[in-house]
Amino acid sequence: MKNSGRKGSSFSSVSLSPLLWPLVALGLILLFNFIFTAGFFQVRLQDGHLYGSVVDILTRSSPVMLLSLGMTLVIATGGVDLSVGAITAIAGAIAAVSLQSSGLTGSGGVALPLAIALPLLASIACGLWNGFLVAFLGVQPIVATLVLMVAGRGIAQLITHGQIISISNSAYHFIGGGYFLGFPFSVTLVIGVLAVVIGFSRKTAMGLFIEAVGNNPVASRYAGVNTVGVKLLVYAVSGLCAGLAGLVISSDISAADVNNSGLYLELDAILAVVIGGTVLSGGRFQLMGSIIGALIIQALATTINTRGVPVQLTLVIKAMVVLAVCLLQSPSFRARFRQSTKPRLPRITGAEGVTLKAQSDSGPSGSGGL
Amino acid sequence: MKTQKTLVTRTKLSLTLAFLTVAFASVLSGCTEKSTKTTTNTTTTTKTESSPAKAALVVGFSQIGAESAWRSAETQSIQDEAKKRGITLKFSDAQQKQENQIKAIRAFIAQKVNAIILAPVVETGWEPVLREAKAAQIPVVLVDRGIKTSDETLYSTLIASDFVEEGRMAGQWLIKKMGGTANVVELQGTAGAAPAIDRKAGFQEAIAKSPGMKIIKSQSGEFTRSKGKEVMEAFLKSEGNKIQAVYAHNDDMALGAIQAIEEAGFKPGKDIVVISVDGVKPAFESMVAGKLNSTVECNPLLGPSAFDAIDSLVAGKTLPKKTLVKDQVFDQSNAKEVIASRAY
Repeated sequence: MKNSGRKGSSFSSVSLSPLLWPLVALGLILLFNFIFTAGFFQVRLQDGHLYGSVVDILTRSSPVMLLSLGMTLVIATGGVDLSVGAITAIAGAIAAVSLQSSGLTGSGGVALPLAIALPLLASIACGLWNGFLVAFLGVQPIVATLVLMVAGRGIAQLITHGQIISISNSAYHFIGGGYFLGFPFSVTLVIGVLAVVIGFSRKTAMGLFIEAVGNNPVASRYAGVNTVGVKLLVYAVSGLCAGLAGLVISSDISAADVNNSGLYLELDAILAVVIGGTVLSGGRFQLMGSIIGALIIQALATTINTRGVPVQLTLVIKAMVVLAVCLLQSPSFRARFRQSTKPRLPRITGAEGVTLKAQSDSGPSGSGGL
Repeated sequence: MKTQKTLVTRTKLSLTLAFLTVAFASVLSGCTEKSTKTTTNTTTTTKTESSPAKAALVVGFSQIGAESAWRSAETQSIQDEAKKRGITLKFSDAQQKQENQIKAIRAFIAQKVNAIILAPVVETGWEPVLREAKAAQIPVVLVDRGIKTSDETLYSTLIASDFVEEGRMAGQWLIKKMGGTANVVELQGTAGAAPAIDRKAGFQEAIAKSPGMKIIKSQSGEFTRSKGKEVMEAFLKSEGNKIQAVYAHNDDMALGAIQAIEEAGFKPGKDIVVISVDGVKPAFESMVAGKLNSTVECNPLLGPSAFDAIDSLVAGKTLPKKTLVKDQVFDQSNAKEVIASRAY
């Protein structure tokens, strides 16, 4: 009786809170702008597409949203993928170089599908390499993906000879800079990928396998889950997401800037995942949460840029907001906060403590009696 | 064509895999093998005997690496100038490692070169090796970056651009263009970087003279196209029609900003004047297209000045501790003529 009641309450808190707190944080940032930043929510049509700060937040956050989707799955298996930033650089570099060589032959249109397919295939290969190191060789994920994080940018520099390569293909520019029915295409892309990943992880058993591997890889292997396959898959998906992000980034600025494309973006992606309510130790994941997390990060950045915060203060303000969001997100912090403000909860925990104490007391004394 | 392309990708892929395996192996073994060092210290010697009078002159050049087009242009300039003057140049690429540069300098000293040109990768840690050069009476000329040392006699002169002057020139050009009144937004470089600090200071100093010039927004675009575009987008949202000019601390940010301006429905170069610093080739292309208004060159072609300095030093003259390279403003009026001759 008592057990079932507790289970019910914990179930309701799980289904409600993971998305609630990230949404509250995002809402607070937007509310701040609603009150203090004039014209922040103004959206108008400009040359047939939506134009405004809110649209900027969506467009600018799309690379991090893409990265965070793959990252969420990787983190759910108890891993982490540090190489995603470098993979964006590789993808952008391959796209730019293949478009360039096709430009020489004068057939830009024919090569475009190839110029999109090649970088994506390379990104999947990069992801599989990470998965291979983690799943087959048993290298710690943070170390295994660090290899590609460092080497990947070097590979991208090899491809472009360290130069920024301009992309003059207007069809390619559509990926990151175009508009689909007046709506930024990069955001449409994110929604598409999100739908696929959610469908794939929630409508099939795959999500369960991923969580199982994250919770207890040994037990799930004994239960018949192909842990090696699951890990390979999530790293490959993460690589693919990074490749898509790389296409978005490079097509947005119409150039492959390998030294800066996706630089430190892996950290933003991890942050988005964590803010979104996915635990770094794995075993559970919140795809929508990660999307909201990415939106929080970008809403903050856009707010800072729009309001004209002194450059020296920018990072400090970012850090403070991130800290606040993380604390808001943390159940143990909220519990402590509630404990110190509300008198009702301590009494309950106190009562539990007493029963626990009574149980533990009875144990040793019983054994002592024997 | 298709097979060729797949072949290219396949080689790229196998290259990638080979690279990764090496990287992985080095991570596992603790990154301390000596094997890489033989490849990093490639010293090539260019010899030409066009002018016999100076044929005896041997100069060692320790370059940081080839991380940007700017640096490649600098290397090319010094190599070309050496060839032109009939100087034997011993060139060493340090691949971003001070350790390699120090070894190269020691090698130059052992080979008894007449002078050493050094582009220092970092500011500190040069005293011991420069003391050795001084003891061997070999003058050292620093190019494009300075060093921090308590003993200034360790090097003969520093040949570099003056970032403050670049900012000043940008400011003066803009005042002239805008007739002394304009609302300017500034895209700063990476917070704390010397070029960002100096280019900001120089620009502010220049526009302080005309009270009509105002910086209405200033934010870091981190020297990159993406950030330049992102920050400019935000500026356009908050200031809109008020913005009359953009001052970017480098060309890449300006190129990003130009895209943002276009997407907001304005004409860059006409509705909003854009000026930046560096003078890379894409900036010239943008000027020819009428989008970027002006760029202040940060000249990497230091070869002539470097060898002029060496000639004076070998002749026994002393030079000032800092030789500033003259930078030039380019704008749409002369971009077309010079674009073909741009080396970087």
